[in-house]
This record gives sequence, C-alpha cells and structure tokens, in this order.
Amino acid sequence: MMAISTHNHRSNPWPGRLSALLPLGLLVGLVFQAPRIQSGRPLALAFEWVPGLNVHFALLLDGVGLLFALIITAIGLLVTIYADAYMVGHPQRNRFFLYLHAFLLSMLGLVLSNDLILLFVFWELTSLFSFLLIGFEHASAQARNSARQALLVTGCGGLLLLVGFLMVGQVTGTYALSELPGHAAQLHRHSLYLSILMCMLAGAFTKSAQFPFHFWLPNAMAAPTPISAFLHSATMVKAGIYLLARLHPVLGGTPVWMTTLVLLGAFTALWGAAVSIARTELKSILAQTTIMALGIMTMFLGGRSAPALTAAMTFLLVHSLYKSALFMVAGAIDHQTGTREIEKIGGLARFMPFTAAATLFATLSMAGFPLFIGFIGKEIMYKGALTEDVFPGLAAGATLVSNALMTAVAATLVLRPFWGQPRKVHPSGEAPWQMWIGPLLIGGTCLGFGLIPDWVGHWLVEPAVRAIHVTPVDVELKLFYGFNTPLLLSMITILMGGSFYVFRRWLRRRLSQLLPALPITTEGLYEGLVAAVISFAKWQTRRLQNGSLFQYLVVIIGATVVSVGWVFLGSAPLSALWNPPEFPGWLGLLLIAMLMAIGIVVQARSRVLAICGLGVIGAGAAILFLVFGAPDVGLTQILVETLTLIIVAIVLLRLPPIEPQPDANRLQHTLRLTLSIGSGVLVSAFLIAVTQHDVDRTITTFYEQASYIQAHGRNIVNVILVDFRSLDTLGEITVVAVSALAARALIRKKRSAP
Amino acid sequence: METVLAIVCGCLVAGGIYLLLSQNLVRMLFGLIMLSNAVNLAIFVAGGLTHTQPALIAAGDSVPGASMANALPQALVLTAIVIGFALLVFMFVLFYRSYEVLGTTDTRRMPEDGPARAYPSQNTTTRQEMGP
Amino acid sequence: MRSVILKTATRLVSALVMVLAVYLLWRGHHAPGGGFIAALVAATGFALVALSEGPAAVRQGLRLRPSHMMGAGLGLALGSGVIGMLAQRPFLTGVWWPPSGVVVGTPLLFDTGVFMVVLGAILSVLLALEET
Repeated sequence: MMAISTHNHRSNPWPGRLSALLPLGLLVGLVFQAPRIQSGRPLALAFEWVPGLNVHFALLLDGVGLLFALIITAIGLLVTIYADAYMVGHPQRNRFFLYLHAFLLSMLGLVLSNDLILLFVFWELTSLFSFLLIGFEHASAQARNSARQALLVTGCGGLLLLVGFLMVGQVTGTYALSELPGHAAQLHRHSLYLSILMCMLAGAFTKSAQFPFHFWLPNAMAAPTPISAFLHSATMVKAGIYLLARLHPVLGGTPVWMTTLVLLGAFTALWGAAVSIARTELKSILAQTTIMALGIMTMFLGGRSAPALTAAMTFLLVHSLYKSALFMVAGAIDHQTGTREIEKIGGLARFMPFTAAATLFATLSMAGFPLFIGFIGKEIMYKGALTEDVFPGLAAGATLVSNALMTAVAATLVLRPFWGQPRKVHPSGEAPWQMWIGPLLIGGTCLGFGLIPDWVGHWLVEPAVRAIHVTPVDVELKLFYGFNTPLLLSMITILMGGSFYVFRRWLRRRLSQLLPALPITTEGLYEGLVAAVISFAKWQTRRLQNGSLFQYLVVIIGATVVSVGWVFLGSAPLSALWNPPEFPGWLGLLLIAMLMAIGIVVQARSRVLAICGLGVIGAGAAILFLVFGAPDVGLTQILVETLTLIIVAIVLLRLPPIEPQPDANRLQHTLRLTLSIGSGVLVSAFLIAVTQHDVDRTITTFYEQASYIQAHGRNIVNVILVDFRSLDTLGEITVVAVSALAARALIRKKRSAP
Repeated sequence: METVLAIVCGCLVAGGIYLLLSQNLVRMLFGLIMLSNAVNLAIFVAGGLTHTQPALIAAGDSVPGASMANALPQALVLTAIVIGFALLVFMFVLFYRSYEVLGTTDTRRMPEDGPARAYPSQNTTTRQEMGP
Repeated sequence: MRSVILKTATRLVSALVMVLAVYLLWRGHHAPGGGFIAALVAATGFALVALSEGPAAVRQGLRLRPSHMMGAGLGLALGSGVIGMLAQRPFLTGVWWPPSGVVVGTPLLFDTGVFMVVLGAILSVLLALEET
C-alpha cells in the first residue's frame, strides 16, 4: 500500500491543490484535439510492450474515447477543487488526492486503450483505486466491508473479462480494439461467441452495477462524497457502459446480445428507480438512481439503431453532469448541516443560495424539463426505445416509468429541502466556494447544453456514436422535433412524475415494507458465497496446516516420490538399466567406506560419531570429484568440509546429545522407511537412466572452444563462473550474502534479548 | 562406473530422507548435509564420467587438445556446494536458536505458535504433555 | 587452547594461508582456484586465528567489518558488470586491458567480488557465533 505518512495532523493543503493542474492540463489538451476527432481522424499512439504476445501499449483517441475523457477530466477537475474544501483538516488529505488522481489516470487509460490487454490492466487499476477510495476511512468496519465487496465483485468480473479478451485474441489473432470490428462476422459465427459474450457481459455488468451485481454500488457510498460524485456516478461505473459501447460493433447486434441487454437493463433501471423512492438518505437515493441510469444505458446499447445508440451516448453525458453535481450538493448539505436525511432538512435555499441554484438546475435536467439537456436526452430516449429491435414496447414502458420516477425523485431532492418549511436542522450558512462552484458550473452546463443541443450533438455525441455504430450517421439533437410520440411520452412522464411526487410518502411506505420482505437477495447470495469460501478455507487449513512438521515432510516427499516415480517407472523398466560396472579396486573400497559412513550417521547415538561419518562422506565425495577431473570442485568440497567441521564444533556441541527418540507408532516408522528407501531407489534409477545416454556436450563444447579465445582464461570452470555465466554467479553470491545476513540477525537477536 | 555411483547417490538420499523424517533437529541437520552431498554428486555423475582430464587448456594452446571432463556440471556443482554451505550455516543457527528458545530439539514438542503461549509461566511443560 | 606454540604456529600458518588465498584468486582464471576456493581458504585461515586467539583478534586484523566486506564484494561484482555496459556491451560482458596481450580484465574484478562476498559471509556468521 502506498502509505504517505502524515505526521502532522493538519497536512499541507498545497500538494492537493496543485494536483488540480493534472486534470486541468489534460482537459485543455483534450479540448484542442476535439476538431480533429470530430472530422473523423482518431489520434493513435503505440509502443511495443510485450511484442512476443502481440500485446502493445497502444492508445487511441476517437469519438467515444473523447466523450469519456472529457467527462473524466472535466468532472475530475471540479471534484478536485471540491475536495479541497471537503477534505479540509483530514489527516490523510494528500493520500486522498494521490488515490484520486491515480484513479483519474487509470480511468483515462481505460477509455483510451486500443489494446484489450492494456484495457484490462487499466480496468483492474480502476477497481483497485475504487477499493482504496471506498475504504478510505479504513477505521470504519463498514467502509472496509464495502470496499472489499466492491473489489471482489468487480475483480471477479474483471477476471472473466480477461478470459473473454484472451478468447477474442485467440479467435481473431489481434488484441487491437480498432481492428476488432473488422472481425465481427468471424466472431459472430464462431462457436466461442456465446462464451466470449458471457465473459464480457460479466465484466461490464459487475463494473456498471447491473442486476444481479448491483448491490455493491449503494454500499460504495461509504467512500468520501467527492469520490461518490466522481467514481461512483460519473466515471468508474460507466466503464462497463464504455466497454459495451466499444464492443457493440464487435459483438453486438445478435439476438442474444439484444435480448440480454434490453431485459437486464430494463429490469435494473426499474429496480433502481423503485428502490430510490424508498430511500430517504441523500447519497443512498442518488446511488439507486445511478443504478437506474446505468440500466437505461445498458438497455439502449442493446439496440442497434442509430437513435438507440444516440440515446445511450446522450444520456451518458446528461447523467454524468447532473449526477456528479447532485452528489457534490449532497456532500455540501452534509458539510453544512451534519445530516443527509432528506426528512430532516428544509428551506435551505435561504442559507445556501448558490447550492440551491446548482441543485435546481441539476434536478431540472434530471427531471427532463424543456430547455435543459435532460429534456433532449429524454426525447431521444423515447425515440431510441421505439426503434429497439427486441421488445420496443417494454423498452419504451421501462423508460417511461423510470423517467417518471426520476422526475419524482428530482422533485423530492429539490422542493422540500430547499424551498419547503425549515426543519429541525439548520445550516451554518453557505458552503465554502469550492463546494458550490463545481455544482453550479455543472448545473449551468445542463442549462447551457440544453439551449444549444445542435452544438452538443455535433461536437460530443455524433463523434461518439460514429465510433460505435457500424454505418456512419449524422446525429441531430434538437430542442423541438415537432409534435410526435416522443414529445407525447415526455409530457406523460412529467404528469406521471408529478403524481408519483404527490404520493411519494405512500409509495415509500409500501416499498419500505416490500423490500425487506424479499425472500432472497443477490447481496444475500454473495454474502453466503463469501462465508462458504471462508469456512472452506478454515477447514482445509485445519486439515493441511496442522503444525506437524513430520506430516508436511511426508506429504511433500511422498508426493514427489509418487508423481515422479509413476511417470518414470511407467516409461522405462528398471531391469533394462543394469549395466555391469568396471572400476579399480581402491575406488570400490572408497565407496564401501562411504556406504558404511551413511549407516553410521543414520544409526549414530553420538554426535561426534555422526560428524565423523559425515566427514567420511564429504571427503569421499571430494576424492571422487578430484579423480574424475574436477580439481576445482574437489578443492571446494574439501574446504567446505573443513569449515563445516569448524561451525559444527562451535554450534552443534552446544545442542543436547541426540536422545534416542523412537517413532510414535509402527505406521510412522513404516512411512519413514518406505519414503526414504523409495526416494533413494528413485534417485538411483533416475541417475542410471540419465547416464545410459550419451551426454549432450554442445554447450560444454562451446565453452571449451571460447574459453581462451574469447574470455582469455584457461580454467574453463572458472571462466564459466566469472565470465560466461557471471550473472548466475552474481545471483548466487547474493544468496550467500542474504543467508549470512539472516543467520547473523538470528544470532544478534539473542544478544539483544534479556 | 556411473551405475555404481548412482547407487551410492541413492543410498545418500535414502539416508538423508530417513534422517529428515526423524523429528529431531540434530538428526534433521545431518540429513540435510547428506542430501546436499547426494545432489551435488548426482549432478556431477549426470554430467558424464567418461573423461577424467581436468577441464584446463594447456599453456600454449588456445583450444583444448584432447577430450576433457565436462566443465558445465562442474561449474554448477561448485556454486551449489558454496550455496549449500551458506544455507547449511543458516540452518545450524536457526536450529540452535530454536533449541535455545523452545528448549527442545524434538519437533513434536515444539509449539506451533511460539514459546509465549506454550510457556505461560516458568513452567516447562509442553502442550503435548498437557494433553490427555 | 591459548598455548604459545599454537599462537605462534597460527600466526605463521594463517599468514601463509592468506598468501595462498590471494595466489589462488589470482591464478584461478588459468588453473584450479578462483574466488570461491580462495575465499574458503582464507576463511579457514581466519577460523584458525579465531579459534586460537579469539574473534576479537580476527576483527582487529581484518579492519573491515565482514558485513561491509560482503556489501563491498557485491558492489565490486556489480561494478565489474557496469564496466562492460560503459563499453557499450551487455551487462557483465568481460572487458580486457590492454587489448593486445591481455593482462587483466573485469572477470578478475568480478572474481574478487565473489571472494569478498563469500569470505565476508562466512566470517560474519563465524565471528558472531564465536562471540555468543
């Protein structure tokens, strides 16, 4: 974990403030690229990363990337300014900004990646920083649990996504996103299509909180409010939407794609909208409406007509704007009044005029009133819903009901809290300017964009739709399309929303009774699964890690003997390996001495006797090395034997005599004998098998030829050690140094102990 | 020749494993020494023992004249001996320290979670002895 | 063990051992020897001194702390590799001087690094053990 230690309690605010320059710079840079992107010339940048695996660090800025990147940097900038006041006096203030901007860069990387593997890396990075930010108040158990839940859900989805990406790479032979639409037909026909699609949808649905993975998002509200405004409404949760949009020309347009997206999207939207009515806490309400919005976008990405995709992209922009503003407002209210309970606040407009204005603009856009960008969004939504290939009626109905509920929620958010009777809680005045400037700017944008829809359509939405739609389209966003079905539906929405608002208390009561009565929830399933994994882990740890060294050794050695022996004995019968030896008599004596020494060491009751036996074995090995042409090795062996003896003299004699220590039972003794004899036989057989074949001396021959000519050395062994393979030797002396340091630390510890 | 040495290696391994499974630290240490010898010898044998001329280029020559012992496994074994020794020394110290702290060389009597819980007071009874 | 004869003999022998170690290190590139062997020889010599005159005498004679010797040795080995890089070749490529009629090269530096690491490692543990 990147721990930035903050020793003084009130940390320096300037690193955080200056970090606002990062999103600002990126935003300005992106704005200057807009004309190029609009004219249909994407900006590409690529480095080789893992060329052997055909993976590249490739970035691509096209229409859809630009729309996302602009949202990320613009809202990122405003959130940074906002957090400057919100995080005032927080001891981990600088860490907060570090995580925030690390997230911002990961999110930018995600929407600009032109390589699936790179996209996956950024995808996981956003999950990781989301985890760190949800758990930012890590002293709270609730924050920790929510963070872990979000990480597990999005992380599992991410892994499935990787599997999907790898399958796409296998099928098409490329990881480049920009090349994939050309392989669309091939993918659609392929037998893996369904598996690929399921993996991709798992990734997208977990990230974008679609049913049945929606439960992590409301819990993620444990994060500081600027994070909710940025990650969990405007950017990170849109990563799944981004992926669906990107993959639309690659995997989209099939019946299974359309059915899944439309049905699950519609259900998610209705669910989120209904639950939001039942909530009374500001952030909780907003989280549920975010789920609804993500459902709507998913539903429209299920279509393949230009209006459906235009609706998805337009609503993406609309929602990012009003929702981030409303989250910031919720934080400001919390900051000034100390509560986020909607039933406790009223008449705030008198005290907080700027916040009130920002809320009014944002909620009007949310409710879809004319002159606001939300109205345009809603119009195009109805148009899109009616052109869906599957279930157009359902889509239009779901859109209508969700939008009506949205209108009611918008009214709930703004009317009583700001213009109703003052209630128990009174604010301490207007929030600091950093906390209202962002929402007010965004609210103004909601209005401004609503007045110039042609401009928005031309610069922002059309390039994005073009990037994800197979055939080039012209997007026209208009204030007034004429008297048609969408306009009629818009009117019905506002009327329905009004009546929902009037009956909101009754609706809330009924839903609050209904929701806890559900027999089974996906969150409950998730909790049960996690609990099962933990109890399984505990069970197998108790079984395998029972603390008996003997058992561990038996398992390790037994597994080795059985697995290696199985393969080996299966391939070559032992009898064929016997090769009558011929060797001088004195060597026979040496070997007999060594075998006797082995027996002595194994049986020894006395330490000195055992050490003598080991000495004989070591010296015997040294003589063998010397006799068979390895003077360096023989010398080393003799010297090591000497030094071992010295160390043994110092240490071993301080240990107690070897007590006779019989095995606990017959089974243990049998196991010991079987395993030791088995491994001995295995090693012998293995070596005999190896020496039956001629040794391949290709590498040795190279060393022999090059030793003097290239490395100016006549001792080939030494030349290998210090020249040809010196990197290995460097590693080896490092091991020697580390083990010496470790041994010395152990001795030292005793000295310092009382 | 190789076959006989292969059997010696096998005996070393068998003895080493037998000692390693003895549950007594001192014996386990002996077992480790034997295993390390066995492995070094095994690598050496696997490299072939046909030629017994040391891998040295005679003065005046720039390439070796006659065939000579395989230098590659020798280089491997040489470093293996030194590393084996370094690790052995660490094992010595580790076993010595665990004897000092836990007061036993019997691995069965070593408490899993360190001395603190096994010896609540100056009482030297181990958990096993307290068991039924 | 502090007899006069042993002390005198030790001084003489250990001095000879040190000379032998340096000789083995120097000639290791052409004949049996090299950094590993030289370090083990030197360690044996110092161990002799430590046994007869105590670890303090060794520390005094060394003037360099064994752990520092290890560090310096690793640095030397790494540095010899960097020289190859400075000569525009891969890390740890041997560089020889003078180019005609080779006298010394970076492999000797590397071997000296090996010598210092192994000697430092053995001595640091040996002396620490002696001092407990």
